[in-house]
Amino acid sequence: MGSKKEKVIGILAVQGDFAMHAAMLDRIGVPWKLVKHVEDFEGIDALILPGGETTTMLKFLTERKLADAIKAFANDNKPVFGTCAGAILMAKEVLNPEQERLGLMDISVERNAYGRQIDSSVQQGECPEVSDEPIEMVFIRAPIIRRVGKEVKVLGRSQGLPVLVEQGKLLAATFHPELTGDETIHRYFLEKTKDC
Amino acid sequence: MWEYDQQMKLKIGLAEMLKGGVIMDVTNAEQAKIAEDAGACSVMALERVPADIRKEGGVARMASIRVIKEIMKAVTIPVMAKARIGHFAEAQVLENVGVDYIDESEVLTPADEEHHIHKWPYKAPFVCGARNLGEALRRIGEGAAMIRTKGEAGSGNIVEAVRHMRAITSEMRLLTTLREEELMAKAKELGAPFDLVKWVSQNGKLPVPNFSAGGIATPADASLVMQLGAEAVFVGSGIFKSSDPAKRAKAIVRATTHYNEPAIVAECSEELGEAMRGLDVAKMDPKEMLQTRGW
Repeated sequence: MGSKKEKVIGILAVQGDFAMHAAMLDRIGVPWKLVKHVEDFEGIDALILPGGETTTMLKFLTERKLADAIKAFANDNKPVFGTCAGAILMAKEVLNPEQERLGLMDISVERNAYGRQIDSSVQQGECPEVSDEPIEMVFIRAPIIRRVGKEVKVLGRSQGLPVLVEQGKLLAATFHPELTGDETIHRYFLEKTKDC
Repeated sequence: MWEYDQQMKLKIGLAEMLKGGVIMDVTNAEQAKIAEDAGACSVMALERVPADIRKEGGVARMASIRVIKEIMKAVTIPVMAKARIGHFAEAQVLENVGVDYIDESEVLTPADEEHHIHKWPYKAPFVCGARNLGEALRRIGEGAAMIRTKGEAGSGNIVEAVRHMRAITSEMRLLTTLREEELMAKAKELGAPFDLVKWVSQNGKLPVPNFSAGGIATPADASLVMQLGAEAVFVGSGIFKSSDPAKRAKAIVRATTHYNEPAIVAECSEELGEAMRGLDVAKMDPKEMLQTRGW
């Protein structure tokens, strides 16, 4: 509390585009650390769950107790930010097909809901509480948030669908802010580390 | 300077999502399911694995569309499929079917001995093989969104994958030391587009992800190419030509994530059963090499 110590952001690095998140944090000038083991949680103040393949990530999460460590971290009211696959991992319910998840956030997420890679797209979305300008959103074989719980706030929409949602210290995006040059969403997440 | 459009951003974006993972060759839906359950981040649909293509000979073509569709139905991870070099009609068919990545591959019998596919107009992204920086940059110039070093497919021998990864990374390092006026002569020597040569000289890496393929058969092989600079690995015959495919697939997935932790690679290597029987590439007739296909 109130310490001036620089906050360190952990990035789950079992598979996926964790290096793009690291590059984004480098541009902003925030220290980060890759998380592959339970011991890597030592000394991190927030966690990013990157894009990638959830079926692959889940192998590592469930077999090596990483899932329990992430849940404990979130239960400790530490900020967690998931993009695309990361958002799927955070959901309470996963559809198409049902699969294991961390269940951190009260949302239902449908995997590959826009279709296959040829249905991937770049959109301009609105996040009125985060930015006055439209935000470039890269959707890659993206999921769709089909239900949001009472505790969940929709911060951003694209094509009428919720794409950026928040529940306390938890933030989930179905798109990939780490694949653009726009730091807005990451900066918004980093604000959550200020008072913890 | 090299620039690209939004479509290319999506193509490269999917390759970014596959990083740190293993893409496995499969010939039917059942193998695809085994691969997904073992933690593969993607599967590559083909008619026969390279070791069988090598053994059986004949013309190797794009896989059966029925089988590709069955594979796409069986798994939720991205599905890739191979088209013959220069065979843009096969590529059009694969795109139409909804394949997530098209591999314009030297493993299949080339359809054109001078030209590769013009890859820019497609919505589906392409991956292409390369043995050196010039070849990699020519493919990127044609619109490839991912490069994989070729290695020698179906050999179970890592030596060519190592040679190609080292060639590309050391040529890139060299480029970063050149003066501006030396770049055009270098572009001429490499047979590569000048804009891309300039991009690499300033960034020290390829503008698209760089994966490794061709000969990876063990967890330590995966660790080796990852330490040499690969950002993900393709495993072809190495899994389904081994004695216990599911176990080996899982071990290679884990070794790829923890490639720089020898204790874990050791754990992955234990009690794996027999690896595929490999070939001595040095004793191979150059005419039998798959890697020399591509121009």
